[in-house]
Amino acid sequence: MSATESTLAVIKEMAAAMEEHREHLTSLDAAIGDADHGTNMNRGFKAALERLEETEPAAPAEVLKAVSTALISKVGGSAGPLYGTAFLRASTALPEEVSPAAAAAALEAALSGVKQRGKAEAGEKTMVDALEPAATAAKEAAEEPGATVGGVFRAAAEAAREGAEATVPLVATKGRASYLGERSRGHQDPGAASTHLLLDAAARALEQTPQGPKGGP
Amino acid sequence: MVGIVLVSHSREVAQGTADLVHGMAGEVEVAAVGGGSDGSLGTDPEGIRAAIEGLEANEVLVFMDLGSAVLSAETVLDMLEPERREVIRLVDAPFVEGAFAAGVTASTGASAGECVEAAEEARTVSKLH
Repeated sequence: MSATESTLAVIKEMAAAMEEHREHLTSLDAAIGDADHGTNMNRGFKAALERLEETEPAAPAEVLKAVSTALISKVGGSAGPLYGTAFLRASTALPEEVSPAAAAAALEAALSGVKQRGKAEAGEKTMVDALEPAATAAKEAAEEPGATVGGVFRAAAEAAREGAEATVPLVATKGRASYLGERSRGHQDPGAASTHLLLDAAARALEQTPQGPKGGP
Repeated sequence: MVGIVLVSHSREVAQGTADLVHGMAGEVEVAAVGGGSDGSLGTDPEGIRAAIEGLEANEVLVFMDLGSAVLSAETVLDMLEPERREVIRLVDAPFVEGAFAAGVTASTGASAGECVEAAEEARTVSKLH
């Protein structure tokens, strides 16, 4: 399987995860947001799949760029620009053949894009709380001997899950939930939750695809 | 002349504000972008880009109401060609009052910088003396 095909498999698995967890994400968003995160992400990834069919990208970076454009125009709310920026920045860090180190660098680029776009730091009850530990864990996993791209995403997904769970006791200081102040405590941040689900889907897709340690064809 | 793009989560808020500015600032170009791409409450980056591209004005001021309107406008700016980006400014000002002040200032033939200044002043101008 080529790196482009692996990347497409990742996006398909992400889209399936957004469909499967649509109601869960929306219910998290109903508690502290405007109850549309699951619906929006599902719509965005459906649009991403359609765009990929139309454009037939020939490199991993082109796949992520097409996804970025679809998410920016179709997700709506803050998640569209934020995830769109994440995928766009990740695409600029991605070479034709994706090594574990390149995968970790792409996550780092996505993180820096999200932080810049959302003017957010960790601890503010946002997707940064899942993405930042994920990028750190990815970098560490990529440095291990015998690292695989799938392993890098698995480590990222596990760190994102812990990071997302750790948003529960936090008070939101960004976005709509920040107006709720103390009342935002006790709920998981929907953006952190979707970040975990997306990384978990990526890991699952890559673990299913046969690949050498460099993730190439 | 300076043109204005108004980005709100609500179609009615964007359009109503545009009507207000039009009414007071005459020939100034004002484009309203409100709601998500499906007509719901939200913001639509494609719509923002189309509005910016659709203006004939050589300088454009963009006003945003809340949260994702700002994120969407910033994302659109990133997507534009560098030379187009240079003549577009996102204005940090109250939506209605700022757009109104900028529009009236623009109608006098003022520069984009002067319009931005007028809009920013709207934040601190007291309504009840």
